[in-house]
Amino acid sequence: MTGRPDPMVPSVLRIARRIEEMEGVVSLELEAPGGFSFQPGQFNMLYAFGVGEVPISISGDPARTDRLRHTVRAVGQVSHALTRLRPGMELGVRGPLGRGWPLEEVAGGDLVLAAGGLGLAPLRPVAELAVADPRRFRRVVLYYGTRNPATVLWRQEMERWRRAGIRVHVTVDSATPGWQGEVGVVTRLMQPGHFEPAVATALLCGPEVMMRFSAQTLHGLGIPAERIHLSMERNMNCGVGLCGHCQFGPRLVCRDGPVFPLPEVESLMQVRGL
Amino acid sequence: MKARLIDKSGLQWLLDRLGSQGYEVLAPCLENGVVEAGPVTSLEELPAGVEEETEAGRYRLRFDGKEGTDLLFSHALTAMGWQRFLHPSSEPLWRAELRGGALEIQPLPAEAPRRALVGLRACDLAAISIQDRVLAQNDPRYARRRENLFLVAVNCGRAAATCFCHAMGTGPEVKQGHDLVLTELVGGGAHRFLVEAGSEAGAGMLQALPGREPEADDWEEKRARIEAASRQRRRLPEDTGDLLASSLDHPHWEKVGERCLACGNCTSVCPTCFCSRMVERTGLDGQQATHWRLRDSCFDSEHSYLHGGPVRRDRAARYRQWLTHKLHHWQAQFGTTGCTGCGRCITWCPVGIDLTEEVAALEVAA
Repeated sequence: MTGRPDPMVPSVLRIARRIEEMEGVVSLELEAPGGFSFQPGQFNMLYAFGVGEVPISISGDPARTDRLRHTVRAVGQVSHALTRLRPGMELGVRGPLGRGWPLEEVAGGDLVLAAGGLGLAPLRPVAELAVADPRRFRRVVLYYGTRNPATVLWRQEMERWRRAGIRVHVTVDSATPGWQGEVGVVTRLMQPGHFEPAVATALLCGPEVMMRFSAQTLHGLGIPAERIHLSMERNMNCGVGLCGHCQFGPRLVCRDGPVFPLPEVESLMQVRGL
Repeated sequence: MKARLIDKSGLQWLLDRLGSQGYEVLAPCLENGVVEAGPVTSLEELPAGVEEETEAGRYRLRFDGKEGTDLLFSHALTAMGWQRFLHPSSEPLWRAELRGGALEIQPLPAEAPRRALVGLRACDLAAISIQDRVLAQNDPRYARRRENLFLVAVNCGRAAATCFCHAMGTGPEVKQGHDLVLTELVGGGAHRFLVEAGSEAGAGMLQALPGREPEADDWEEKRARIEAASRQRRRLPEDTGDLLASSLDHPHWEKVGERCLACGNCTSVCPTCFCSRMVERTGLDGQQATHWRLRDSCFDSEHSYLHGGPVRRDRAARYRQWLTHKLHHWQAQFGTTGCTGCGRCITWCPVGIDLTEEVAALEVAA
């Protein structure tokens, strides 16, 4: 029993690159000299010295095990501190934690990705896998909705994904002058004919209300509920099922999730304040 | 050897023996007007003859001991559970140092002294076994403290009014999880203790105890005392889990939410509540920080904080979280209920919310 490594103690990694994605959103690329493998959809607890830890999903290419990427929005104290860190500085990392996307079950079928805002981050590793191995999935569709044109994440990357064969659909809640794309909620992008529902799997990440309606729409378009997966968010403090903060009814989001098949969370999402 | 009958001097011998083996001996004593576990070297420090009168939101001590046979374990429970010896209210996990952008993180060893807990009840042992399910696997700090415990339990001879261990199947008879179990006997005017072992370590200690073989009368008195302690009037319905699962939208949550103060007393005294949060404390030079784990309560508004505000905004949602977790969702998370039937949350609720009554209220259709 004794002598096991303490899952509460972080390792130290150095920041190799810092990318300012948009106002208040920064990607940090960390050097992982020993290699860092993860499943797309998993997260790490990132520690900013003197402030604390927050759960951040891994947003990099899983093939690059020497580089570990996270995309952070400055919301609270810790995430603000993380976005202020500079290349060469060090931070603490605990992970990879949680259950990622069930990619094995998609192999050979259609892959439907639906993201809202920064919810695109944990789906980016999936998109990179699809780009690297075009035969892995049959068709790949990405539906991405965000608040306004200024908050469209990864325009260049999405262009690259498009060229690699991913059908990328983008919408904004409210347009500004010059925006030529779609306006409206992300569910309006989802149309019959984009994918073959009988062989499709959907992966969703974004605000809870966005996921709830996206799941409904995709289910309505014929994707079976058990093949719709959602990345849930709750207040994860320890990341390993010890602290009790991320309870979501019978689930501990950090340990049992963050990715859940729709039938496991559908009824819970209807209850206010759970 | 199956059992041993000892007198008070034999019990004192046991305390001394545990002490000489390097155990810190903790047993019930009177502290701040309540019965509470604390360090003990002599039986004189135990709350002889003291009984507690408990009801929803009420705790009073009275002294009813008859001269010459003051029971050492006449009380029913310690006011707080024993879990603070396993899962302390605050604990430093690691220390960090920052020098010109370079970060160093130094794990801090867990404090895990050898401790003998004397006077635990069946419900207290059930609570430890529940916490084992929750924490022992993933928390090496808990696991180390747990390994260093020697548990001397006591069979209850009476129940407090708030006890409902019998209905929860956790007591009052101690059946598992102990090293030794005592039953305090006074029949025939002789104050004595029937001692049985529940582990190898306990069996070793039993061998050495200065006493004699118990007789039929002793066993009969033990049975009668446990039977007396089994007479409890509170209970939870057998289908409590299903009831809670189908009651998440029940209007009664709003009613109990109006009474609940969200003070967190229930979560402080509950022997299975395990929530904790991490807190960073920085040195004045800005170059050193210590990462602490503090016990936490789901009644705190920060508990469910998610970018911008709490998920559980009102007290109704927080009370529902606590009760449904304890009595239902715990099962899915850890394969056991989270309630032992100790009744502490009933006693220490300042407005007298009684979970057995709240569950009963949910049975009434909305």
